[in-house]
Amino acid sequence: MEKKKLTIAITGLNNIDSPGPGVPVIRGIKDSNLNARIIGLAYENLEPGIYMPGLVDKTYLMPFPSTGSEAFLERLEYIQEKEKIDIIIPNFDSELYLFIKYSTKLLEMGIHTFLPTMEQFEERHKDNLPEYAKKYGITVPESKAIMNSNELANLPKPLSYPYFIKGKYYEAFKVSNQSQAVYYFNKLSAKWGLPVVVQQAIHGTEVNVIALGDGEGNTVAAVPMRKQYITDKGKAWGGITLNDERLLEITHHIIKQTKWRGGMELEMIKTDDGEYHLIEINPRIPAWVYLAVGAGQNIPEMLCRLALGEKVDPVTKYEFGKMFIRYSWDLIGDIADFEKIIIFGEL
Amino acid sequence: MSKLNSLAISDNGFIFKPSTGESFTTNELGLFIIQFLKENKSGEEIINAIMQDFDVDNVTAGRDMYEFLDFLKKENMID
Amino acid sequence: MSKKIYERPILRKVVEGIPNKFGSLKRLRPVETIDNVAINDIIDEYGSPVFIISEKTIRETYKTAYCAFSTRYPKVQFAWSYKTNYLDAVCRIFHQEGSWAEVVSGFEYEKALDNNVSGSKIIFNGPDKSDADLTRAINNKSLIHIDHFDELYTIIEILPKLKERPQVAIRVNMDTGIIPQWDRFGFNYENGEAWNAINRILTDGGIDLIGLHIHIGTYITMSKAYSIAIEKLAALANKTFDRFQKSISYIDVGGGFASQNTLQGAYMPATDTTPSFDDYAHAITTAMTSVNFPNNETPTLILETGRALIDEAGWLAGSVLANKRLADGRRAMVIDSGINLLFTAFWYDYEIFPVQETSFQSEPTTIYGPLCMNIDVVRNNIDFPLLNKGDRFVIKRVGAYTMTQWMQFITYRPNVVLIDLNGKVHVIRKEENKEVFRIQELVPKHLQNK
Ligand SMILES: Cc1ncc(COP(=O)(O)O)c(C=O)c1O
Repeated sequence: MEKKKLTIAITGLNNIDSPGPGVPVIRGIKDSNLNARIIGLAYENLEPGIYMPGLVDKTYLMPFPSTGSEAFLERLEYIQEKEKIDIIIPNFDSELYLFIKYSTKLLEMGIHTFLPTMEQFEERHKDNLPEYAKKYGITVPESKAIMNSNELANLPKPLSYPYFIKGKYYEAFKVSNQSQAVYYFNKLSAKWGLPVVVQQAIHGTEVNVIALGDGEGNTVAAVPMRKQYITDKGKAWGGITLNDERLLEITHHIIKQTKWRGGMELEMIKTDDGEYHLIEINPRIPAWVYLAVGAGQNIPEMLCRLALGEKVDPVTKYEFGKMFIRYSWDLIGDIADFEKIIIFGEL
Repeated sequence: MSKLNSLAISDNGFIFKPSTGESFTTNELGLFIIQFLKENKSGEEIINAIMQDFDVDNVTAGRDMYEFLDFLKKENMID
Repeated sequence: MSKKIYERPILRKVVEGIPNKFGSLKRLRPVETIDNVAINDIIDEYGSPVFIISEKTIRETYKTAYCAFSTRYPKVQFAWSYKTNYLDAVCRIFHQEGSWAEVVSGFEYEKALDNNVSGSKIIFNGPDKSDADLTRAINNKSLIHIDHFDELYTIIEILPKLKERPQVAIRVNMDTGIIPQWDRFGFNYENGEAWNAINRILTDGGIDLIGLHIHIGTYITMSKAYSIAIEKLAALANKTFDRFQKSISYIDVGGGFASQNTLQGAYMPATDTTPSFDDYAHAITTAMTSVNFPNNETPTLILETGRALIDEAGWLAGSVLANKRLADGRRAMVIDSGINLLFTAFWYDYEIFPVQETSFQSEPTTIYGPLCMNIDVVRNNIDFPLLNKGDRFVIKRVGAYTMTQWMQFITYRPNVVLIDLNGKVHVIRKEENKEVFRIQELVPKHLQNK
């Protein structure tokens, strides 16, 4: 154990059927040599991480990011006064914008983060993927950002059925005819706004990489994985680490080219002829991060050290064939805890 | 007011309704009124009590209290 | 014994997925004054509702915008977009600051002349210019931005009768990545129409092509779109020089900067996401200096910024008419200003504030205007404190397009007042009364019986 006790705040405690990465990130930190006090930051009062015994030392409710920076900063200042947080690891796509935009301000408050730059964050958006691919020499499936459902009737070649239709922030549906496409276009645009992205479905196996870039082009950690079982929400319910050198090469290439800073997840399709198509870049640690920890790369710990400005040597070793199997577990809670969260916003 | 007595009401203004599993929050004046309702006080008496303790006129106190009673009724907490 | 402060009793069900109170709690603090003038005093004196414009904010906003551009590029000219707000007092503030006028109709053109703008500092845009409008504008040496071929041929037709050589630019539309593409205005770049128009103008010999104009849309949050547009205009300018040895003396990039009003459906408030004048200026001037214009010349950069220069300076203050509960239990508040005055409420989530200290509690509320129409919604589902009948509110950032798009439906348009730099309040547009309308109407004799 190191002497100095760090206070580390984590969001994404929603370990539900479409889980956030908070709980596995905390587990990674607890498995490491860091001597940490863990502060949970929750957006909803039933996020399981709030109530899991031995996980967080204290939880605070946070205003939704959509409320804007004023409320967000006000709340963090309040929490900071009490907790003296050293590091925050934000885990939701929707909150990253604020954390990135105000990272200097947070640092002035004493809070370290290790996040992509605003440019890196903006440029990897789904609707910008074709340009991104061109700029960095990556293969991506044909795709187009759509503003109007009429455009679905004459999509540019070679887009053809089946394809995926994706919401601006979240959700994707595979469609194989126009009426399905229009239906999901309306649904996704109502929920996440415009544009909606149409992306060619590629036949193959979905493989993912979790990686950590140091902001100077070095890949500090990277572990590839194949989802073994996918829920109806598209989330992995089981996965296995892979020995896939090509996939790691692509990861190193992307991180080197973009000088990516922070955690990331690359979602790729490997076709039967062994080609790789990048379908999405998530600008944060994914929920399956604990598999990487189990395979020998403690990404949450390394991220904390990078955030504090320590030098972290790249790790390349990990065990192949390590598996994770997600399970659910009914926790017995007490309404008195619930009451505290509801009334005081703290537990 | 047996229905009110079946609720778990904390001093913090947290109300738990065991029969449905629902939770509610109320504020100081809400708790104040519920306390009087439990003692079977009439609307008139409650309004007077509110005016005695709080800086408010008769019309506002009455309007707000009756609206509050409507909410309680809607949630089936009183008859 | 002093009594406790009264807060009405509440009962709220805990619902998952609904923002918790620590979430929504951006406590709405009242806005009591504008430029140190009490809003209550203004309403007492000038009625409710009332539009309030801050001269100070206009001048400060203009200076910020002008600085952002002029510190990065040597030749910068703003032209006040009349349609955004053409109250004479407002226009004159912009003209005093150095703005030219940008107009899109004979009416706006006359207003600009009446505001003592010299003809050569008026930019005449838009698809609607009559022969008489064109003749007058050309003879005044105004800058004619040609929108379509029919307009171009009209100019050629009236050439022999003109006293001055027409000084023209063409409006160009193009793909800049902005959707929707405003391709109904001007000549298209990609299909060669713009180039054809230039050829037609310059082979005629009687017309001077002095500028190129675009206006890529409004509320553009992607400053990169301007860079793309400038690259394409520069290509046109070069092609023109190569063919005709004529160089362009200005590039007009139109308006379109976003204000800090949040669009409905946006995830984050615009105050967090809208690019600043510096951001836009950086993108635009970087593009202007990195493309090569013919002869290494530096064309003047003209900006027709509207919304972003005036939204912030306008406020609408008014009073609560009633509170209601809707059938499903939601709270509704009816106020005396509706979409008749705030057409823009159709796409903005306006920020609205109480004018006086209110109770700490707030509740999701829908705010309706006074019109007898279901669509008269000023603000949907805003967490708002309970105001009582007669209490006052003020709506922020309503300076753009409200006082030009407002409609006279079932009632009169209210006073518009200006707070000057010394805090003095002036009426700059009088509230309407029945005389205003009686003057306009004629009753045929057979209907005049008492
Ligand atoms: C030609 C032209 N210039 C300028 C403007 C002002 O635009 P904004 O208010 O978006 O700055 C408009 C608005 O539609 C316009 O059509």
